[in-house]
Amino acid sequence: MNVNYMLSFIIVLALCLLSYLGGEAPGLRYLFGIAIPYLAIVIFIFGFISRVMGWARSAVPFRIPTTCGQQKSLPWIKPNRIDNPFSKSAVILRMILEIVCFRSLFRNTRMAFKNTKTGMRIAYDWEIFLWVAALAFHYTFLVVLLRHLRFFFDPVPFCIQILEFFDGFLKIEFLSNVIQVGLPGIYISGVILLAAVTFLFLRRIFSPKVRYISLPADFFPLFLIMGIAITGIMMRYFTKVDIVGIKEFTMGLVSFSPALPEGVGGLFYVHIFLVSVLLAYFPSSKLMHLGGIFLSPTRNMTADTRATRHVNPWNHPVKVHTYEQYEDEFREKMIEAGLPVEKKE
Amino acid sequence: MADDLPKADDLLNKIDHNNSPPTSWMDTPVNIRKGMYCYASSPKSVKYLGLPNARPWNPLDDDWKLPDNWKEIVFEGLKERLDKFRSFKVFMDICVRCGACADKCHFFIGTGDPKNMPVLRAELLRSVYRNDFTKAGNLLGKIAGARPMTLDVLKEWWYYFFQCTECRRCSVFCPYGIDTAEITIMAREILNLLGLNIDWIATPVANCYRTGNHLGIQPHAFKDMLDFFVEDIEEITGVNCEPQYNKKGADILFITPSGDVFADPGTYTAMGYLLLFQYLKEKYGFDVTWSTYGSEGGNFGFFTSHETMKRLNSKMYAEAKRLGVKWILGGECGHMWRVINQYMDTMNGPADFLEEPVSPITGTRFENAKSTKMVHIAEFTADLIKHNKLELDPVRNDNVIATFHDSCNPARGMGMLDEPRFVLQNVCNNFHEMPPGTIREQTFCCGSGSGLNAGENMELRMAGGLPRANAVKYVHEKYGVNMLTCVCAIDRAVFPPLMEYWVPEVDVSGLHELVGNALIMQGEKKRTTDLRFEPLPGMEDEIDE
Ligand code: HEM
Ligand code: SF4
Ligand code: SF4
Repeated sequence: MNVNYMLSFIIVLALCLLSYLGGEAPGLRYLFGIAIPYLAIVIFIFGFISRVMGWARSAVPFRIPTTCGQQKSLPWIKPNRIDNPFSKSAVILRMILEIVCFRSLFRNTRMAFKNTKTGMRIAYDWEIFLWVAALAFHYTFLVVLLRHLRFFFDPVPFCIQILEFFDGFLKIEFLSNVIQVGLPGIYISGVILLAAVTFLFLRRIFSPKVRYISLPADFFPLFLIMGIAITGIMMRYFTKVDIVGIKEFTMGLVSFSPALPEGVGGLFYVHIFLVSVLLAYFPSSKLMHLGGIFLSPTRNMTADTRATRHVNPWNHPVKVHTYEQYEDEFREKMIEAGLPVEKKE
Repeated sequence: MADDLPKADDLLNKIDHNNSPPTSWMDTPVNIRKGMYCYASSPKSVKYLGLPNARPWNPLDDDWKLPDNWKEIVFEGLKERLDKFRSFKVFMDICVRCGACADKCHFFIGTGDPKNMPVLRAELLRSVYRNDFTKAGNLLGKIAGARPMTLDVLKEWWYYFFQCTECRRCSVFCPYGIDTAEITIMAREILNLLGLNIDWIATPVANCYRTGNHLGIQPHAFKDMLDFFVEDIEEITGVNCEPQYNKKGADILFITPSGDVFADPGTYTAMGYLLLFQYLKEKYGFDVTWSTYGSEGGNFGFFTSHETMKRLNSKMYAEAKRLGVKWILGGECGHMWRVINQYMDTMNGPADFLEEPVSPITGTRFENAKSTKMVHIAEFTADLIKHNKLELDPVRNDNVIATFHDSCNPARGMGMLDEPRFVLQNVCNNFHEMPPGTIREQTFCCGSGSGLNAGENMELRMAGGLPRANAVKYVHEKYGVNMLTCVCAIDRAVFPPLMEYWVPEVDVSGLHELVGNALIMQGEKKRTTDLRFEPLPGMEDEIDE
């Protein structure tokens, strides 16, 4: 038993209970259904902006990209344009690959001590699972997020319909030939999201190294997202919540004339409460890596420091030991050794 | 080597990467252990540099003789750096503790100490940052991963931030590029505000400030040392090299780490430079000067603070300006090149009194160095070889079966990977790469960089150098590799004991030592030995006569 994840688990469980009761108690529905979501959005937007502004306010005194490939030097040596970017466009490409493909994480290796005939050998094998799970998690999260836009637009934009079609398509066609699954069709994204989050959680528990570095703040968002996914899946496939009622409610929220939905159970309140907590928690947490990755100086700077000068906005003058001071101390010895000097006496 | 250093097998067998202490890292107090730390800075050196809190102190004592307001100094120090360095601020905020960096650090691999995982090393500082600079940390304390600054925390910082060689390997794998080296740099700056440096850094810095080089070699002695090499070279090749010193109006100023003037096997690399310059002078009228004022390429100031780095680095441009040279050529050194490549022009430039570097021999413009105006000797020599400007006899290096060690800084703070390989393969017929994952941008540190190459922390150095040594062992067994070649003076100083400990059959050389062996000098006598006075292939008998 580990206090770090138990603590986060208990907090998320308590949040679920709290909001379930809130949803069931008519007096509190306004709070949980309308006031808290609005508040969460405000905290998210202002928090996010102020965090990014805070970073942007700090200076970038030196150009310190981590170079992960051959530099551009002599014309006949092939530079690695992406991992040692010499131009702005190369940096943009590097950043896109980082953000869209998690390129650096893709390099991940696992170190292991192996006993061989000639003694211990340290091996470094490619380790792809974290990258796969991370990509699966983030992309399905994105798809789920985009699919939810259907609740905030009327009519539903075409691109979102397409997304839904592909997200649900394979599963329905495939399954309906074998076993009959009643409508609504299963969205793959929700299932993968839950699986990926579960994997990331289990990794934190079972890998001794990752367990040792984990804080409650690492388990909390995982449980929160798990909770969101589980309540969402339950509403869709099991309790079959009234979609039309919910759409009226969300349209009310976006048009600033909120009205509580009729006939939705406590589960819905748990769902939107957990989303609200995630939003409000976002700016003050590690989830801000969403913004930070764009500002990371080891990745977003050109590696051409010897060709184009970078200016440090606070380049303070420093005390130096000048040549004159040096020669004054060693002049005699220099003359004796036949070294040239500025002043001969 | 230190007497109490554990045997290699014992050191290896006690490493366990999955056996973290039962208590959480915050509740596990630091244990400052002999063999793993470097001695405290001498007050004389700290004072000479005008850095804070010069006094004798001992890391093993309870009382570190800190100023009364030390916590305030730490807080203000953090605050100032969060504003001055976006890298620091972003890296404090966005780590998700995914653990991708955890097993990438040579110190973690070699010690199994969880606080040597880059992410935990950073958390040592981050936890205090959260407490002092974030609301959540301030309100929730430990639940939010925050803890207040205490003397124990400070000691933990000192111990573990001097167990990081600022090698940046962790940064290569981090999905956000979080560079624990950058965090170590900040932590060491703050420790320096309290007078908590190690002597292996503080004294070389003081020496360098005064005499122009880390070893404190005075101008006349510097010349004597090179003259000594000149004699050796004459004995080996029959050629008389004539190095120039502090020469006004020379075309090019040459600066290299003083370690190569001082100790084997770096000295052989220095002899290689002398031969190359003599060759170019006779054949092409190459006009290069050494400087005694700028007699240090390395910069231990970089391991102290950005300010100290700038103070030491200023000599390069100042001397180039005083002598009126066209541009600067730099020798083989690791961190020196991180400083030149990523900091020098910004700190002490613009170097508008110099010209854009052009090789006087091949006419190649070094476009990549057109602002900083400093060219790496491996770039310079690679260009010469490519243009067939050097007469080489690689057979003279046939006793050498070489592998190449990418030093951390040229690899991850510059990207100079193929130039030295090109040179090496042209002067040496036998070359084998170490396994992927241990070379190029994923190279492993020597384990003694960033000023940790002292004598008293030998266990730390042998542990930190294990991943590198293990890869060397692999190619030694597979291909019979007997020479670890590198372009770094610290490497040349620290690899010999590392190899002796883990792979005793492998020797260490610089790149230009092998160039010096292969280079056919005009009017040379028949060479029977290499620059180490060891017989050339097939010449064993002639030596005996
Ligand atoms: C530009 C957008 C984003 C990028 C490039 C990005 C990238 C990453 C990467 C590379 C990891 C490390 C791998 C892992 O542990 O899964 C990670 C972790 C994580 N990300 Fe993102 N992310 C982004 C946006 C988001 C957003 C919007 C969320 C929303 C909740 C999020 C939640 C998480 C969580 C919870 C983790 C930790 C997973 C764990 O505990 O193992 N990320 N992110
Ligand atoms: S790889 Fe980066 S984000 Fe992951 S734990 Fe290490 S420093 Fe943090
Ligand atoms: S910079 Fe190098 S020594 Fe420091 S934590 Fe990262 S991998 Fe380890």
